[in-house]
Amino acid sequence: MNTQGVVREMRASWAFIVRNFNLIKRYWKWELVFFVYTIANSITMGFIGKGVEAFSGAELDTSYLILYMLLGSILWGYLSILFEIVAETVAWERWEETIEYTFMAPIKRATHLLSVCGFAILYGILRAGLILLVVSAFFDLDLSKANVLSATGILAVASFSFIGLGMVAAILPLISPEKGVQVVHIFQALLLMFSGVYYEITVLPQWMQNVAKFSPATYALKGMRSAILDGKGFSELWSQIWPLLILGLFLLPAGIYFFQLMEQWAKKRGVLKRSG
Amino acid sequence: MSYALTTENIKKVFKKNKKTIHALKGIDLQIREGEIYGLLGPNGSGKSTFIRIASTLLIPDAGKIEIFGYDVVKKASKVQRLINRVSVEASFFRKLSAIENLLFAAGIHGISKKEALKKIYAISEKVGLDKGRLHDPLEDFSRGMQQKVAIARAFMTEPKLMLLDEPTTGLDPRAKREVQSLILHMKEKMGATILLTTHDMEEAERLCDYVAIIHKGRIIVKGHTEKLKAMIAHKIKNPTFEDVFMEFTGVSFDEAEYEEAESA
Ligand SMILES: Nc1ncnc2c1ncn2[C@@H]1O[C@H](COP(=O)(O)OP(=O)(O)OP(=O)(O)O)[C@@H](O)[C@H]1O
Ligand SMILES: [Mg+2]
Repeated sequence: MNTQGVVREMRASWAFIVRNFNLIKRYWKWELVFFVYTIANSITMGFIGKGVEAFSGAELDTSYLILYMLLGSILWGYLSILFEIVAETVAWERWEETIEYTFMAPIKRATHLLSVCGFAILYGILRAGLILLVVSAFFDLDLSKANVLSATGILAVASFSFIGLGMVAAILPLISPEKGVQVVHIFQALLLMFSGVYYEITVLPQWMQNVAKFSPATYALKGMRSAILDGKGFSELWSQIWPLLILGLFLLPAGIYFFQLMEQWAKKRGVLKRSG
Repeated sequence: MSYALTTENIKKVFKKNKKTIHALKGIDLQIREGEIYGLLGPNGSGKSTFIRIASTLLIPDAGKIEIFGYDVVKKASKVQRLINRVSVEASFFRKLSAIENLLFAAGIHGISKKEALKKIYAISEKVGLDKGRLHDPLEDFSRGMQQKVAIARAFMTEPKLMLLDEPTTGLDPRAKREVQSLILHMKEKMGATILLTTHDMEEAERLCDYVAIIHKGRIIVKGHTEKLKAMIAHKIKNPTFEDVFMEFTGVSFDEAEYEEAESA
């Protein structure tokens, strides 16, 4: 690609980011509602952590438990936003019928998808931070050891894989405008169930533990918990980082590839336009 | 003479709920560079399907289609740089303002904001789109106004081949005139080639250099505007393309449409 080509792709990338920002801005009331919902979920999880002591009778490190649960819930919220934005923009474009115009633009599909995902990641990380801030007001959290920077680093590395999965998720509304987005939520719930969202994966049956090894969320959760609960630095989390890198290296291109494959299929079947 | 678009035996079949629709049954046409080419036919004859194929949005089942020498299927991204399209449905993010929609479209075509704004204002002027309304959400626009924004979106990128699928449907007579002038301006001042579908025979006559009439997925007759009419001038005084259509199919546009609905 020549310089002119690079400039064009960069302008396109920026255009996608601005568009998604504008859409969120226009629906800010819904964003607020959804934010409150996520906060409510996180607080509930925090109280479950606190409640364990009450019904087990044993003396536990409650602060540790609360944070443990909260981190699960924060990753849940983060993935929701990421998948939601990526899948929803495709669903939206189908609904508004702008998808034909977007697909006609002379840009690489990778630029398109990566820009939307990039926006989703920035928005998701910002949101996760805000949630942690709001929720910590409800609990007496011990964040003295927490290494927020290395937790964010883990989330960033894990995001390469999450983007790949997000693109696969975006295929669903491409082929089924009605139910595509709902299926994305089911997919997310399954992913987190296998990955130890509110528990160590060692409590899972062996076959589920085997599946968990292939989920980036497993390493993301473990890495973030080590960083926040035990104060581990980024360099100490290598055993989480390398599987995330390998998964990302595979999942990211695979996501782009499958999206393009299904785009070709949609163009053969003539399903891009909504009305007959 | 060089060609902007050529096709050979383009076929497209749709399968929906066990039903098979033969939308295009072998289309051959050649559009010369710099001409306005009219594709006329009743509802459901395959016009939009053909335009979607030329726009890289549909992949034909058989045949060959080239735009300025590039294979539309294999070299889609090369082709996309040379074309743009206006469809009957305006297709916008309805919650976003006209300017937000237009700047998005400009951005994904690699046009800078500054350049885009200049063009948006110039085109708005030409089609009588009130600048003061550009910051309103599109859902507040009337259909005709939305159509004008759609026209601005396509003309802004200055494509070498413009695919216009009923661009003036839903516009009032004055707006229609303005858009028609813009189309002529594109051709004369910028040397663009235009493929136009319309149900407005007057419009076809006013704009088109060459016309193909399509019926049930087949081109039944094509030729220079004047020659087509001359072919039946001995029978009908001041014939229209509808008369031409009737002469070759034995039915009128309305009847053909009815027929289509019955067989569907
Ligand atoms: N994506 C699609 N899926 C299924 N069938 C389709 C699709 N697109 C078009 N068709 C069918 O193909 C035939 C041709 O449709 P097309 O839209 O090309 O007609 P048209 O000439 O543009 O009609 P109109 O004048 O009403 O716009 C119709 O029977 C239509 O129902
Ligand atoms: Mg049509």
